[in-house]
Amino acid sequence: MAGLHKSDFENPVINWIDTRLPIFTMLQKEYGVFPTPKNFNYFWNFGALAMVTLMIMIATGIFLAMNYTAHTSMAFDSVQRIMRDVNYGWLIRYVHANGASMFFLVTYIHIFRGMYYGSYKAPRELLWILGVVILLIMMATAFFGYVLPWGQMSYWGATVITNLFSAIPIVGEPIVTWLWGGFSVANPTLNRFFSLHYLLPFVLIGIVFLHVAALHVTGSNNPLGIDVKGPQDTLPFHPYYTVKDSVGLCLFLAIFAFFVFFAPNFFGAADNEIPANPLVTPAEIVPEWYLLPFYAILRSVPSKLGGVLMMFGSIGLLFVVPWLDTSPVRSCKFRPVYRWFLGLLVIACVVLGAVGAHRPEGIWVLLGRLGTIYYFLHFLVILPVVGKLERPLPLPESISKPVLPRGGGPLPAGAAAKPMEKA
Amino acid sequence: MAESTTATAHGSHDGDGVTKRDFLTLVAGAGAAVGAGAMAWPLIDSMNPSKDVLALSSIEVDLKPIQAGQAITTMWRGKPVFVRNRTAEEIKAAQAEAKGLADPATDAERVKPGKEQWLVVVGICTHLGCVPVGNRPSDQRGEYGGWFCPCHGSQYDTSGRVRHGPAPANLPVPPYAFLSDTKIKIG
Amino acid sequence: MMRWVSLAAAAALVSSLAVSAPVQAQETSLPRQNWSFAGPFGTFDRAAAQRGFQVYKEVCSTCHSMKLAYFRDLEGIGLSEEQIKAVAASVTLPDIGDDGAPIERPGLPADHFRSPFANEKAARAANNGAAPPDLSLIIKARDGGADYLYALLTGFSTAPATMKMGDGMNYNKYFAGNQIGMVAPLSEGRVEYADGTPASVNQMAKDVTTFLAYISEPETEMRKALGVKVVLFFLLMTGVTYAVKRKVWADVDH
Repeated sequence: MAGLHKSDFENPVINWIDTRLPIFTMLQKEYGVFPTPKNFNYFWNFGALAMVTLMIMIATGIFLAMNYTAHTSMAFDSVQRIMRDVNYGWLIRYVHANGASMFFLVTYIHIFRGMYYGSYKAPRELLWILGVVILLIMMATAFFGYVLPWGQMSYWGATVITNLFSAIPIVGEPIVTWLWGGFSVANPTLNRFFSLHYLLPFVLIGIVFLHVAALHVTGSNNPLGIDVKGPQDTLPFHPYYTVKDSVGLCLFLAIFAFFVFFAPNFFGAADNEIPANPLVTPAEIVPEWYLLPFYAILRSVPSKLGGVLMMFGSIGLLFVVPWLDTSPVRSCKFRPVYRWFLGLLVIACVVLGAVGAHRPEGIWVLLGRLGTIYYFLHFLVILPVVGKLERPLPLPESISKPVLPRGGGPLPAGAAAKPMEKA
Repeated sequence: MAESTTATAHGSHDGDGVTKRDFLTLVAGAGAAVGAGAMAWPLIDSMNPSKDVLALSSIEVDLKPIQAGQAITTMWRGKPVFVRNRTAEEIKAAQAEAKGLADPATDAERVKPGKEQWLVVVGICTHLGCVPVGNRPSDQRGEYGGWFCPCHGSQYDTSGRVRHGPAPANLPVPPYAFLSDTKIKIG
Repeated sequence: MMRWVSLAAAAALVSSLAVSAPVQAQETSLPRQNWSFAGPFGTFDRAAAQRGFQVYKEVCSTCHSMKLAYFRDLEGIGLSEEQIKAVAASVTLPDIGDDGAPIERPGLPADHFRSPFANEKAARAANNGAAPPDLSLIIKARDGGADYLYALLTGFSTAPATMKMGDGMNYNKYFAGNQIGMVAPLSEGRVEYADGTPASVNQMAKDVTTFLAYISEPETEMRKALGVKVVLFFLLMTGVTYAVKRKVWADVDH
């Protein structure tokens, strides 16, 4: 049997625990003295923001579930009871509902940060893949959650999305019946969606743990995309990045609170304030904003099965991004050509988002197809080809000795105020 | 015996190269897989339609109140079913040869012989599951006089066949039978 | 360069937000009104809301239900406990008597508002096939919210000659498709206000919209009052943590 852990903590209680289960030593190692590149900009806040948002979602969700009734005849009214009669129920629900949007917002920024600075490239491929898994689980969780208030958009959104599986040849119909537990979206469907909506966030915690564990094996990437050469390039995570993350967190929470208190229905759909009615289809079925680009891809393809495959493919593609990128350089800071294409990808995603919100007619059909084509072109052609052809700019020798024209030597104190400009 | 097998398994192979230990491991592994599968099945199947859901799987519809040119919506297995009393003109339009159908079918295949005036279809757009409009004469019925889906603009003709728009298939005809001239049983 | 991408991302965010909200843009743009409850410090004009309740009671409630609201909710528009008891007692509600037979009893503050029809089918049958929508959440349940409801209530007129109207349908400039089952509910002097306010159509529309805005979101005033504090707190904390960050990082060459 292994011996007891030798703990350095002075507090006798902590020492006693740490000797038997060295969690404090672990925390100290992973979050206290953990060597972190010294040149992070504020875009490195977003992982922490996503983690905090996940905690907020779980906390509010647990309390919502105490007052929610997962039955088609009562779900809508139980949600309204939370809004009207439960003490601070409106606050908890609005934090939860807007929290979903905030969660996707920070996660998408986190993803694009990873793409800009090449954080998915070796040796961080598995870290990236775990991130894509997190995104997928988030989408599923958000979808299940949106069904629970049992409004018109809940019901019809669930109908449209579950019907996607009917595009699968032969087994499609039985799968959809199985998903529904009946012959349409109905009470069994609502019940199981509630069960899964409660389950998946805990799965998410597990994957997030692995995501962070993998991060702590490889260490963080940084805005220069070059490897850490030694202790002179790093700072202990605490207090340097705990405090930097706190700044971003407070600002983020201020923005979050603005939506919760002053525009709580900004991200919502008016139709979802009408109880679900299987016999009345809303004039337009629109998913939440964070799923719009994928919905646009689905509708841009004239064939049903093709659309479904392209939509799932657009996310599936992200899994192989580390191998599609052939560039020897990580950070777009030193990739003069690719960064423009990445900008185009951002624009394509925005355009697709707008397309997803509009009826597929007129200019929107064309824009949807162009956006879809660019999305796939970007990953399947531009990413591999540009990586081979592009001549990267000269890389700095190390993080602490950048050979950049205006980066050499100690920066004036004021530079800390605008780290993003530096990057 | 098990010990002696273990002892030999590490070193030499006996006979044809497959030890008794390998075989037993295989059997145990296969048994575990079968067992796990058998235990998973009740869980998976519990998500399929339950008895009370299946019990509502057939309904009877009285046709008397449906005026010519009108249709009613009735619920069958939680889905809307359209029962339409077609006018002579609509029947003629439906029987006329239609070219370039996305999902080729003749009108005769979609109604009961001798009961051509009655069209029974599941009222769910085959695109993404919306409920098309067109049961009331005042509803928008699209260019082909059948149904119009307000979600993504699919149009169906007076035989419930898709004629335009993203829907890939015709409105399905549910299994039904005439109990009398004025009554049908769906399901 | 990252700045450029972040600008693009910000633009992305703004435009995707902009497109996600007004998806079902009204064909006719809604005239904006000045609502007492709008803005970060808005509160419900109690007098208007009380007049609006009168309009609801005397006009709307003959056809429209308000299922989610309770009589006790009237406290939020400034009615006293006694007044609420009186309002509740003025209606009878179905219940089950001690002998198990159905009875009618006077309402209590803890009761829901009484619905005019027993169920949706009855509402549909009595109204030419179009069931009058429930009003509990009407301001939240329509794009355009209060402005839309006000426009709708004041948007009735005779149909243009070119338009073919369905049987029993009425022309309304702001209703999708312009044909609405509801007959213009408000007319000059339709109710007589106790406070002497002249009951013009615009006045009644404004009052009832204020009342229904309260009923749709009774938490509004509490939410906004708390929100000011919370947002200021986080902004303050942003400043404080930023100051700490500057201090902590002061000795780092980065």
